Amino acid sequence: MRKFWALFFMFWPVVAVVSFAISPAMGWWFPGPSYTPLGEQIDDLFYLILWLTSIIFIATQIAMGYVLWVGAREQTGKGLFTHGSHSLEVIWTIVPAGILLFIALYQMDVWAQYRVQSNFPEAAVRAPIAEVTARQFEWRIRYPAPGTIFEGPDDVKDWLRNPRAGDLHTVNDLHVPVGRPVLIHLRSGDVQHAFFVPDLRVKQDAVPGLVIPIWFEVTKARPYEWVCAELCGWGHYKMKARVVAESDENFQEYLQQLQHDQFDDGVPDGNEASLAQSR
Amino acid sequence: MSTLDPAASPAALDHAHAEHDHHELSFVRKYVFSTDHKIIGIQFLITTMLMLMVGGALALGVRWQLAFPWTSMPIVGNLLFGAQGGQISPEFYTMLFTMHATVMIFLVIIPVLAGAFGNFLIPLQIGADDMAFPTLNMLSYWFMVPAIFCFAAAMSSVLAGGMNAGPAGGWTVYPLLSALKEAAPGSGAGQTWWLLGLTLIGVSSMMGSVNYLTTIINMRAPGMTLFRMPLTIWAMFITAILQAFALPVLTAAGFMLLADREFGTTFFVPSGVIVNNAAPTIGGGQPLLWQHLFWFYSHPAVYIMLLPAMGMVSDMLACMSRKPLFGYKPMVYSIAGIAGLGFIVWGHHMFTSGMNPALGMTFMTSTMMIALPSAIKTFNWIGTMWGGRLQFNAVLLNCAGFVSMFIVGGLSGIFMAAVPVDIYFHDTYFIVAHFHYVLFGATLFGVFGAIQFWFPKMFGRMMNDTVAKWHFFLTFIGFNGTFFPMHMLGIAGMPRRYADPYMHPYLEHLLPMNQFMTCCAILMGFAQFLLLGNFLYSIFYGKPCGRNPWKANSLEWMAPSPPGHGNFDTPPVCFRGPYEYASPLAGEDDYLPQFEYRAPQEETEDGGGGDAQH
Repeated sequence: MRKFWALFFMFWPVVAVVSFAISPAMGWWFPGPSYTPLGEQIDDLFYLILWLTSIIFIATQIAMGYVLWVGAREQTGKGLFTHGSHSLEVIWTIVPAGILLFIALYQMDVWAQYRVQSNFPEAAVRAPIAEVTARQFEWRIRYPAPGTIFEGPDDVKDWLRNPRAGDLHTVNDLHVPVGRPVLIHLRSGDVQHAFFVPDLRVKQDAVPGLVIPIWFEVTKARPYEWVCAELCGWGHYKMKARVVAESDENFQEYLQQLQHDQFDDGVPDGNEASLAQSR
Repeated sequence: MSTLDPAASPAALDHAHAEHDHHELSFVRKYVFSTDHKIIGIQFLITTMLMLMVGGALALGVRWQLAFPWTSMPIVGNLLFGAQGGQISPEFYTMLFTMHATVMIFLVIIPVLAGAFGNFLIPLQIGADDMAFPTLNMLSYWFMVPAIFCFAAAMSSVLAGGMNAGPAGGWTVYPLLSALKEAAPGSGAGQTWWLLGLTLIGVSSMMGSVNYLTTIINMRAPGMTLFRMPLTIWAMFITAILQAFALPVLTAAGFMLLADREFGTTFFVPSGVIVNNAAPTIGGGQPLLWQHLFWFYSHPAVYIMLLPAMGMVSDMLACMSRKPLFGYKPMVYSIAGIAGLGFIVWGHHMFTSGMNPALGMTFMTSTMMIALPSAIKTFNWIGTMWGGRLQFNAVLLNCAGFVSMFIVGGLSGIFMAAVPVDIYFHDTYFIVAHFHYVLFGATLFGVFGAIQFWFPKMFGRMMNDTVAKWHFFLTFIGFNGTFFPMHMLGIAGMPRRYADPYMHPYLEHLLPMNQFMTCCAILMGFAQFLLLGNFLYSIFYGKPCGRNPWKANSLEWMAPSPPGHGNFDTPPVCFRGPYEYASPLAGEDDYLPQFEYRAPQEETEDGGGGDAQH
């Protein structure tokens, strides 16, 4: 029975490792490859940590299985009378410290690219694609009127503070151009939410009272599922939306269509002119 | 074995004798409003075991919804909400996971470690006759009872207010969801009761920690130097420091939130927020302030929920391996290291919150560093078992389970400590897997072992080992079956706190896996009846045991089982460190208790953490 328990503690890590190994094939893994360059780097960092932790996991579980197995066999006489080993303590302090510090330092670059505003791609900062406002339980999107050129950061701030007449509004459907960095400004109209697009590896909380810029670059034109990742009330699970990445022409076409839908009052002429004035 | 006691003067003996005399306490004073640390400890233990069943039932409600969304729970469904066809509403689901976390954290794990085992073990292991402040100790238990009522009121507001009532903020109660009543209609009274309960439980913990600190500093037996204290005591000591310094922040923050909710202040409410078509808010508060205050308490609280279990497991592993603890001082220093670093890592809960990104980097570095003392501890536990004469009883199995699960919980933490990777994993099921591996896989297995180990001292009888092994076996299988797949759910990007994840096409295929997990959770839930049954049966019919059934070394095993009022027959004296198993000085035996005297010349210089000075 003693050996059974020693084997029991060796058996379960095997199940754990095997179930991780078959997970990608079973579909219990990332929903798909990352469709942003930064996301690819995040995946690489994930796999790096996965390898390191797997090695440590296997090594420590083997060590534990071994001491249990030996302890199950050796039952006569006294145990080993030792209070520890100074050199072992030093080794298993310094080695993990080195590994952990390495992981921490190695991660910083991607984080800095993703979040530190001075590293944001300049073109994207100058021309934000949209402002996204999370509400219970939907995402409201406001695009600047097609053709808007912001004069500088102050102009962007002004646009964020004061909605303009030509702005285009829609819900739960964010369109962005593919193949170049884009920036959106995230805010919340009521409680806290989080912008999460799994395929793009982008997540950012929307905090009431704050405007938080996020940038990403989508590499493939297609729709992506977009969900909420911060508890925001009973309908938290149903903030279902999509981010559609498309070519620049299609994006402009989409905005034109949106503008037409928003401003067209059905009267055959004259509305084009009034639209231009309202800008 | 003879207990020689050089310090026992006739006067001291008289005093001890006198203490044994006034036993004419009424039943109420003796067992209900008791000031005896042992009774209070047992009160905490039994209360927390009942709460464990409550918290488990809430968890099964959550699991049911995730496996069979929008279907009626068998039996319970129609009883609770027959009018809705027995279906769980999303509001009720939110209440379920909020209260599951609340009950498990504040009414099970923290009180079972500090309240039950802290109370029971501290005076016994340091050789004191009781706590420094017995009345305060009694109050610390009796402040938990109104807290339970508050949490019960929070939950039962569902019955009064209909299906959409009850606390709705999650256990982290992030404003504005928790600060503005309109944000979660129906949560009105429930969330307020919840905050009151939190305050009361904080008062209870605070009373406990002040008492533990005073007792450990002032009331150690002669010879019990700091570095001869068992690791349980070290862990309790450092945990009490953590509580004393972190809790005031939570209590203050809780009052601020309560004021925002009830009295119209705006500590956490910015202006211009329109919630549920109510009038725009006026104020200049900042929701992130809550997160900082809350995690400034709640990250140290994670270690409050873990360190005592680490200490107890160290004691039990050494005893069941019949071998000195490997690296006593590194173990002490790593507990202290965890506690110290524990105060500067709270920001790792907030990587995606929009706080200054530079903080993300510093908190990542400090968080990585806190993994280090945990790693040292793990290696030392394995080192303790290495070359021992392992006693494969339920105590050892639960402790080995603790170590094995703690490794998983520790390693999965590294993924989320790394900020870029956390961008993806934040608030997915990966974090749910991580903290269940730490809090259940580690802490609760440690507690199961500790119940088995110290039960003889509490009740003078042994618990059944075979039943306890079955309990361990089924719980271990059920636990891993429930929580290991959560890592995969997290990698698949399933956010937590979703009443129905499957309405999102990318999560649809995870339903069968969730059903498997729920089956394992049900198995694990029912396995706890083995523990409860074994516990209750053994109180009355267990095999009677002597003072020291495990042949263990620390001072509590010198007292009778169960110890009478005043604990020890004669005031104990401590002669050496607590882990002298397999010592060549012990002669025939393989253990040399702290209270057993040996002639001075026989002591070696290397006295197991405590160097002999007398």
